[in-house]
Amino acid sequence: MPISRADVEHVARLARLALTDEELDRFQAQLSVILEEADKITRLPTEGVPPTAHPLPRVNAWRDDVPGPCLTREEALSTAPEIEQDRFKVPRIIEEAP
Amino acid sequence: MSPAAPGPGSLADLTGHELAERFASGAATAVQATEAALERIAATDERLHAFLIVTGDQALEAAGEVDAARERGERLGPLAGVPLALKDVLVTKGVRTTAGSRILEEFVPPYDATVVRRLREAGVVILGKTNMDEFAMGSSTENSGFGPTRNPWDTDRVPGGSSGGSAAAVAAGQAPLGIGTDTGGSIRQPAALCGIVGVKPTYGLVSRYGLIAFASSLDQVGPFARDVRDAATLLETIAGHDPMDSTSIPDVPVDCTSRLTDGVDGLRVGVVKELFLEGTEPGVLARVREGLERLERLGARLEECSLPSFEYALSAYYLIAPAECSSNLARYDGVRWGLRAKDSADVVDMMQRTRQAGFGAEVKRRVMLGTYALSAGYYDAYYGQAQKVRTLVRRELDDAYQRFDLLVGPTAPTVAFPIGEKADDPLAMYLNDVFTIPVNLAGNAAVSVPAGLSDGLPVGLQLIAPALGEATMLRAAWAFEQDLGLSTRPVSHEEVRS
Repeated sequence: MPISRADVEHVARLARLALTDEELDRFQAQLSVILEEADKITRLPTEGVPPTAHPLPRVNAWRDDVPGPCLTREEALSTAPEIEQDRFKVPRIIEEAP
Repeated sequence: MSPAAPGPGSLADLTGHELAERFASGAATAVQATEAALERIAATDERLHAFLIVTGDQALEAAGEVDAARERGERLGPLAGVPLALKDVLVTKGVRTTAGSRILEEFVPPYDATVVRRLREAGVVILGKTNMDEFAMGSSTENSGFGPTRNPWDTDRVPGGSSGGSAAAVAAGQAPLGIGTDTGGSIRQPAALCGIVGVKPTYGLVSRYGLIAFASSLDQVGPFARDVRDAATLLETIAGHDPMDSTSIPDVPVDCTSRLTDGVDGLRVGVVKELFLEGTEPGVLARVREGLERLERLGARLEECSLPSFEYALSAYYLIAPAECSSNLARYDGVRWGLRAKDSADVVDMMQRTRQAGFGAEVKRRVMLGTYALSAGYYDAYYGQAQKVRTLVRRELDDAYQRFDLLVGPTAPTVAFPIGEKADDPLAMYLNDVFTIPVNLAGNAAVSVPAGLSDGLPVGLQLIAPALGEATMLRAAWAFEQDLGLSTRPVSHEEVRS
């Protein structure tokens, strides 16, 4: 299945990647080649075959809800690029009213 | 197996169990072994670039504690005081952890991965963090954000990947032991290309807590060593249930060493037809076929078998792994860890420019591929279908294990290739993993064990076992290794330095 330039731009937006024009061109060509190879599996008959999401037959891994040691707030925030008032700080999310 | 004579009796040339014997008899100390390893790193790593960070002071301190404990007469584990090279994808408290990515260049984790904690508790001496393909995506270690690692057998060639730093370190005598991770072959393929032993354990046998995730349903941590005994002992050290990882298998006894020397007599071994693909290098095929004859001579009963779904495993993997990676790597958004682009107009602009600046080409390619495979309109055709193929691979393997104790084939289709040769051809690079990927899809165990040389470069034999079949698998690998009789000494460091 060939992938269009518009598809590549759309996927880059979904993936939050500000790709350059040169990268968009290159990925369009490379993804087309890889997907052509992957198309092999779409021709395989799999009617009635359940999907495997996970190699283990485990369904749920229950444990008792016992409080234990965990990271302090300082430790959890120590890796952040920017913090303010004990919180992760991010740039503006909501537009200011005109 | 070394192409030249080993160094003049350095402790760095010994295996872990040889070191342990010397520690026990008082012939050497953990501090001396650690000093020898650090000297070997200093002498060779400018050329090899196996390490991203060497934590020499911490290593010597840990070694000193082991020596003091031994002096006090404390009971110590079999690897206490033995140095180890740790892949930089497992978080280490207070020590920078990058996963080979510029986006985590400044990341200093506030906790230790469970595997790291187990190693420390066992007295294993961690020398530092090793180079890798960015977020473990690659088969050559050329995708590292910090430059490639070189193969000690020929420093113009790749060591394989993604765990190429740990594999090169063990092959060069920088450490007798290494830790890697294997999502599609990232332990076994570099082990093969560097002439050492590498084990991909059963999915769920080793905790993934503190492992920086690539493809969570495939990722598994495992050992590198210069011989099978060390690999088995290291696997026992890191394996076991962890309440912090809900996919870790509860209540499994992990004993890979007590029957290690029992041999392969009567073992039923299936020779997988699909693992002898056209395009595999003749030198690789020759060593592997000799290996099959060797196993037969040792008493194993070999028979050909066919697993036709293996032909589709590579395609399924290159949809499933990128899909999981695109989801896992969404967390690198410039908020909680790592890089953040400056002077952004808004939060989306910040995330897009952070990820654009922090990720390398292969990571972007896989994030794009995975996002596409999961996006509306393509989900069923690609991701859903790939998961059904995964079921077919599992079923065929389960059927094969009705007739066979183990399966066998080559680990990789080629020996180590020149740096740069496949860097611009993603599909050619992905083919490196064609023999290792089915095992990850099924969650089974496998080991790569040295099988000799082709044109002076190492070839690996792959033994595949059903889930939790590690003991039998390593027993066969040990018998094979002993009979073949390759040297477990590292590649001459004089050669590495040139």
